[in-house]
Amino acid sequence: MNLSKILKNAFLIILASLVLTACATKKTSTTGQMQGDTYTGTDTVKELAKGVPDRVFFATNETVLTTASRETLRKQAGWLRKNSDINVILEGHADERGTREYNLALGERRANSAKDYLMTYGISSDRISVLSYGKERPVDSGSSPLAWSKNRRSVTVKAN
Amino acid sequence: MLLRYLFILLVIIPTKAFALIEVDITRGNLNPLPVAVSPLSIDDKSKENFKKILKKEDLGSEISIVVENNLRQSGLFNPLNKDAFLQEPDVANLKPRFEDWNLIKAQALVTGKVTFVDEKLRVEFRLWDVLAGKEMMALAFTTVPSNWRRVGHIITDKVYERLTGEKGYFDTRIIYVSEEGPKTRRIKKLAIMDQDGFNNKYLTLGNELVLTPRFSPTNQMVTYLSYFRNLPRVYLLDIETGMQEVVGDFPGMTFAPRFSPDGKKIIMSFAKDGNSDIYTMDLENRIVERITNHPSIDTSPSYSPDGKRITFNSDRSGYQQIYVMDSNGKNVKRISFGNGLYGTPVWSPRGDLIAFTKLHKGKFYIGVMRTDGTGARLLTENFYQEAPSWSPNGRVLIFYRETKTNSKGEGFTAKLWSIDLTGYNEKMVETETDASDPSWSSLLGN
Repeated sequence: MNLSKILKNAFLIILASLVLTACATKKTSTTGQMQGDTYTGTDTVKELAKGVPDRVFFATNETVLTTASRETLRKQAGWLRKNSDINVILEGHADERGTREYNLALGERRANSAKDYLMTYGISSDRISVLSYGKERPVDSGSSPLAWSKNRRSVTVKAN
Repeated sequence: MLLRYLFILLVIIPTKAFALIEVDITRGNLNPLPVAVSPLSIDDKSKENFKKILKKEDLGSEISIVVENNLRQSGLFNPLNKDAFLQEPDVANLKPRFEDWNLIKAQALVTGKVTFVDEKLRVEFRLWDVLAGKEMMALAFTTVPSNWRRVGHIITDKVYERLTGEKGYFDTRIIYVSEEGPKTRRIKKLAIMDQDGFNNKYLTLGNELVLTPRFSPTNQMVTYLSYFRNLPRVYLLDIETGMQEVVGDFPGMTFAPRFSPDGKKIIMSFAKDGNSDIYTMDLENRIVERITNHPSIDTSPSYSPDGKRITFNSDRSGYQQIYVMDSNGKNVKRISFGNGLYGTPVWSPRGDLIAFTKLHKGKFYIGVMRTDGTGARLLTENFYQEAPSWSPNGRVLIFYRETKTNSKGEGFTAKLWSIDLTGYNEKMVETETDASDPSWSSLLGN
């Protein structure tokens, strides 16, 4: 079928890019920092409190939370339950490989995807606001799949 | 603002519509028409007066350079080197010796005269058909001296219109976002300049992030997105007074604004709970109408010039694609079906085409298609480019392009580029700083 063909091609492209990047930078293999094209590394991640990472990452054009993202958000929910006086802003971001206006919408959708998950763990929506930056505030200024994967993110920031 | 005190007196001296020369703008500019733009003649007294007011040594020559540059930039004309001109400007303006101009292969000739009259600038110019040995057009303007560049643009518009049969786009301005600083902390300001890059002015200070400015049909207002107080909302700015106001009272981000063709409404997206839909707000009675209602991302709306239809992009099919609907949101039809993603549709001022951005296999394209999605043509391919905006005559597109950074994340630039509808004449538009999100005004004086 067509879909399986597309998936197969996509898989080949990903495989090819992994092989290529692996060749280009022998020391820091990106395979350890990305799963599919979702970032799994930690170098841009800060902590809201000890053991509570501040951000989750997304695949290209995706807003679905990965297993690792859900784990991070559960930790954030736990921390928010313990600190009921703290409110947060979820800042949604996209990579530079999309049109500006669509990316604003995508950032908003990503941040809301994180917000919904926090809410299912008992955090009131009153405590969470959402802000999309689209592609306007990358953390990594690179033009590589790895840089883009770090930029596709939702970051939880203390509002007060 | 300039409009108000551009006080133009048009004296049309009718000449017979007898043109051997004609420029075909529907094909590529493989043979730009050789044109001689003579320096406009100026008497010593006028020269002295303008020198005092404008600090220009020879205003007649300066205006002719504006015309010459415009004609060259269009790609359709080849202005000849002035060193080869045999006839003095004042004599040529009275009665050109066509043999002389023929000798240097000029097919059209522009001559004129500049005078200082009652504190005003008076300019007359003539367009001559060298081969036929006839005057094609003669016009005179009177305006304030500070408008001298606009006079050059208006002359170009008249010459362009007479020779191509279509309206020009030279007496226009571009509003855009000026960018400075590192890629991770860009400082962005609204800026406005003449179509040829002169008279650049900043409209905001850079304290907050601003994006996607678009002119109102009369060019007096601009709608754009501002992150003022970290609340991304659509704003209106009056260019003349500098007054800004937020558009509507939405409990979330509004973005992707544009005016309706009658200037009475703003169409934009409103994002809430992870869903972006398209809304309009009437600027007089403030009534907000919801146009799309779909759980997908609907954004980048643009009206057809008659206001009856709207094109936008949506990912309701699973990926970003272009759609067309009636202005009330009914009869939604997908029109992009090629490989890849399609976005930023903008309806041509002529109504027959939609310009777009396409992403396919890691490359970005600017293209055009008919409003039913047929006849798609890609004009240019690059690492990153998007957001085309039409010249008012629908012949040229301006857009922005970003460069790939090196392995250290260095070397990022954003610049404005323009390209002819034919795919020819692609060129960078010079700006003081990096630039993005250009929007082309309509003709200012008309």
